[in-house]
This record gives sequence, structure tokens and C-alpha cells, in this order.
Amino acid sequence: MSAYTPERETTEGTVYTVTGGDWDAVVAGAGDDQRMVVNMGPQHPSTHGVLRLVLELEGETVTSARTVIGYLHTGIEKNMEYRNWTQGVTFVTRMDYLAPIFNETAYCLAVEKLLGIEVPERATTIRVLCMEINRIASHLVWLATGGMELGALTAMTNGFRERELCLDVLETITGLRMNHAYIRPGGVSQDLPPGAVEKVRELLETLEERVPIVDQLLTGQPIWQQRLQDVAYLDVQGCLALGVTGPILRSAGLAWDLRKTQPYCGYENYDFEVPTATTADGWGRFQVRVAEMKESMKIVEQALDRLQPGPVMIEDKKIGWPAQLALGSDGMGQSLDHVKKIMGTSMEALIHHFKLVTEGFRVPAGQVYVPIESPRGELGVHAVSDGGTRPFRVHVREPSFVNLQSASAMCEGSLIADAIAAVASIDPVMGGVDR
Amino acid sequence: MSESGVEGKITVSPGGEHDPTGAAGTGGTHLTPSAVSPGGLAARHGSDMFGAANGSDTTGFGGLVEKPVAKLSTPKPYGGWFDEATDALEAAWPGFADNVLRVVVDRGELTVYVKPAAVLEIARVLRDEPNLRFELLSSVSGVDYPADDARLHAVYHFTSLTYRRRLRVEAAVTFEDPHLPSVCSVYPTADFQEREAWDMFGIVFDGHPALTRILMPDDWDGHPQRKDYPLGGIPVEYKGASIPPPDERRSYS
Repeated sequence: MSAYTPERETTEGTVYTVTGGDWDAVVAGAGDDQRMVVNMGPQHPSTHGVLRLVLELEGETVTSARTVIGYLHTGIEKNMEYRNWTQGVTFVTRMDYLAPIFNETAYCLAVEKLLGIEVPERATTIRVLCMEINRIASHLVWLATGGMELGALTAMTNGFRERELCLDVLETITGLRMNHAYIRPGGVSQDLPPGAVEKVRELLETLEERVPIVDQLLTGQPIWQQRLQDVAYLDVQGCLALGVTGPILRSAGLAWDLRKTQPYCGYENYDFEVPTATTADGWGRFQVRVAEMKESMKIVEQALDRLQPGPVMIEDKKIGWPAQLALGSDGMGQSLDHVKKIMGTSMEALIHHFKLVTEGFRVPAGQVYVPIESPRGELGVHAVSDGGTRPFRVHVREPSFVNLQSASAMCEGSLIADAIAAVASIDPVMGGVDR
Repeated sequence: MSESGVEGKITVSPGGEHDPTGAAGTGGTHLTPSAVSPGGLAARHGSDMFGAANGSDTTGFGGLVEKPVAKLSTPKPYGGWFDEATDALEAAWPGFADNVLRVVVDRGELTVYVKPAAVLEIARVLRDEPNLRFELLSSVSGVDYPADDARLHAVYHFTSLTYRRRLRVEAAVTFEDPHLPSVCSVYPTADFQEREAWDMFGIVFDGHPALTRILMPDDWDGHPQRKDYPLGGIPVEYKGASIPPPDERRSYS
């Protein structure tokens, strides 16, 4: 036995710890017992982030797969209990870092439901606009990382290239590529800047050219087909038992999309389809996500047409922050008119502004659960208020976290190479899983 | 806080319970000594307009005492599909009268409070009864209400894809006896979520196949999202001033 593979006796039999490449020594030492436990991750390029898979193998067949998570746990839910309701946005946006706009919107919808307020029409339309751009960006990253994990590197370079275009537009609108903290309770933090609408239209034109390239590149590609077809099968019953929603559920044939079935943010007024597949495998999920990108582009276009001039933050001065922002000399967004007013004319307005920003607004006691359709499925926010200026408890039902439970069902009995395809087809984002 | 709320009747406990020293400024207790009753109805003390209740507030509003509202259940009819669903639940579940503590309709959401031992039973009825058909258990989480005796609440959000309905079931257990039956046998999706509730709140789900920590390290002490578990943190120095850690900053709640 080589020094690379120290062995030790346990009640379970001989355990080999492989630290280096001397595979022959391991195989020779293992004898007739072909059962092998392989620890994959948390640092592994194919595990979609810091996911750890404990795989029990017989030869190349996975007999048992267990996911180990928590490596990215940052206590976001606990932290939010020590910040005011508006500051909570800055925390939730960092959960599922590929879909920050969705986290923010779900959280803000929950706070608004607790407050019993309606946000202005324009703010809702901007939210839809940003969410759908974000959905395209998120699906592109799925395509990119999923492609990379299956060896399709061109999918990665293309996916990330197009995604960057989406992020550019989101940066124009929100000021940041990711972690925007743009959607706020009561509306959005500022109106669309000049030129944003044109930039979105440009983006749509580019995407209309480039998204079909995905089809041309991958759909007819025999290797891509063989890696995904009949792999990671999970039917509707399995999905519902395991709580799986989103593209995985739709790839099994059930057109359950909250934008259609329990509409929010005025989605009932948009014309779009819910793509489904019937194969219930990785291939179906690929097709559903590509089709969803095209549907999202339709929604973005309609959102642009629906944009009417108007306020983007609730008029109620007890809740809404000033939203007419301009770039200050310190590089931060400033509402110059507002600063002029509170600093120059009204002591009461200054006090009020100070109170609103440092102390925050009070939210009537109670609890709500608000679900929305994120790129990965049902993203639900359970928010509890005790009537104070801080959340009493916020729990986020993260689709990545719940969907990840299906990894065992998809992997067990398959080849180890298909386990990679299975995890890729689930599209878990570890920031969301661990929170 | 008074646990004596009689169903359907509002009881008011005396405002004399107000503790003027306990609210803000003291490290780690950002909570007012107020109670959040699980019906989403709060019993709050003082300072509802502005500022802290500990005397540092000079606005004159700090000493106000708001009378607490007891837990109450919503009287029938609830409106919408809520009556239909609760009637169906009552008809299909013989244990309804014994186990359902109260039903609350708030902000267009239906919450059924049940005894902890009945969680598995009600989950099975909700899933299997043709008039209910809550096929999906969307979320299981915990909430810690320090003012309640049974302070750990397990909260279940059910979704019916057939009827496009959502329903919340809540059950409360104490620190000393934090046991609930696991619903994993009915909804396998509860696996990870119950583990998270155990990890974060120390709620024990009996019958769970492997109730281990999921987000925190295996050897972690304590349950971080309980309200008496400190957030932690260190003071940060910035331009000569020292900013205390978040849980020691002034609180307005």
C-alpha cells in the first residue's frame, strides 16, 4: 500500500483515504469488496458551488447519494432580526445570488402585505422588468455552469457572455451588477435612469439573436443529448412528494408556475406561455429553461410597453424613502432636492427623515407567507412582525434548498457521471441553500 | 404575558406589567418585553410612536403603554374558501374538535393552530382528503415567541395545486418538551426543513429518519435562531468612533 493511501480498520471494514493519485493501490487493496464511499466536494468544480456529495459506489454505479450542505451558511435570517425592515433587503439579496431581484421582490411583497399597502403601478412594472431580465441571466448561468459540468465549454463561454449583458442592464438600472438592494418596501429605490429603456431594448435585440444560438449549439448535439436524455428522472409524483417546484416540476409535465396559477405583481396582465416538457429528465429541464428565457424576453418587452410615467415609491411619507436620486459627489445616490428641503427649510422634515432612516417604520403585528416564482421554483417569504421596526422573524423558503433533496432520488442507481448531470439539472445555488 | 386568552374573546391584561427598563440599550435584548401572540396579534408595551422605552427618549411618547391584545380566534364565517376548507377538514378529521385550538384569518391567510401531537394527523388529512388536496408542503420553519410559555412554534405552509389554495398550520411546544411528530412519512419534503428547524430552534421532530444538524456544524452548541441566542459580533472602529455590534446598538422596537 502506498503512502498516498493510508488505510485504517473500522467496524465497517477497511477504510482507505485517497489523498493522491495512486488509484491502483486502492483498487488492489480493496479486494473483492467493490463498495466505495467517495466524498465529492465541497470544493469541486462540478458541484455547483460548495455542495458536498457523499456517494456510495459499486463500480461506477451510485448506490447511495447524500448531500451535505451548510458551508455557505451566513445566518442571514438571524441577522435580519437586528436590522430594520428596509435594511432587510440588503440581506435577502445575498441569499440566492443568481436571482437577487427575486429575493428582494419576495421579501418586499411580504413586508407590503404586512403593512397592507399597494405600491405604485410603475414600481410594479419595473419590478417585473428587472425580475424577468434576472430570470434570463439566471438561466444563462445555469446553462453556462451546467454545460461546463458536462464538458460543453462553449456553452459556458456563451452563457456567461450573454449573462454579462443582462447584468450590464441591471447595473444601469440599479447601480450594481449583483446584490442590488434595489427593490424596497413601498416600491423601488429609484426610477429608471435616462437611457435605461433603450438599453433594455438593445439587450432584447441582442438576446433574440443569441439565445437561439444555444439551440443551434446544443439541442442537436448528440453528446449533449446523450448526457441529458433519460438522466435524472423525476416524475410529477416524485416532485410533489419532495417539494420540488420550478423548471424541474414543469419538465415533468405539470404547468405549475405561480406567475400563472397565483399571480402577483400583475403577471395576469402579461401574455406569455408556461413551457413544459414531458420527459421528466435533464433534457426536459434544458428545454424548459431555454423556452423560459424566450418567454421572459416577451414579458420584458411587454413591461417596457406598459411603463407609464409616475412615482416609483409609495407616496406615504411614513414609509417611502425619497426615490428621486442623483449621483452625489461621494459616488452615492442622493436626493438633492430632498436634502435641500430638509437641511434648508424644515426642521421637522429633517427629524422625520432621520427617524425614518435610522429607526425605520413600524409594521403592524402579524405573519404572512408570500410565494413567487423564482428561476428555481417557489420562493416563499414567511415574515413575522411583532409590531416593531425590525422583522421579528423572516424565513425564506428557498427553492434551491428544497429542490436539492431530490438529488438522492435522481442519482441513486445511475452512473456517477450522471450524478453530475443530475445535480446540474437541479440548478441549486448554494447561497440560497445555506442562507 | 397572559396565556389566558379565551377563544373568541378579547382579554386585556393590566398595563402594570410594563417593564420600563428592559427595552433598549441593554446588550442583546433588542426585544421589548412585549408579547407576540401567535395569532399575529401583538401585545405591545410603550413607545409606539417614537423611540425607546427606557427613558432616554425625550419626545414624551416613550411612556405610552398600549394595552395588549390576547390571542383570539376569528369567528365564523371566515369568508372566501376558508369556510369550505375548514368545514371539509372538520368533516374529514374526527380529531378536529379536540386538537384544533383556534383558527385565525388574517391578511387573507388562513392559519390553523393545533396541538403539537396532532401535526402528523392533520397533515395526512390535508393531503389525502379529496376536498382539501394539499399536495405540496411548501415550507416548514420555526418561530421563537419568548413571551409564550410554549414558545417554539413549528409553522407549516401547505399548498393545494388542485384548488390553488394555501393554508398555514402552527403548533407550539415548550423549551422543556420540544417534541412534535415528524411529517416526513407523509411529506418527504419535510426532511431538510425539519432538520433546519431542529438546527435553528431545537424543535425535535419525533420519527424523522435522521434528525441531524443541517446548516450549522455537527458539533455546534445551541440553536442559533432562538431569541435568547446572541447574534454576536465585535465593535468596529471607524474614524475614531467605535460602532457597537448590531445586537448592542440602540433599538427602537
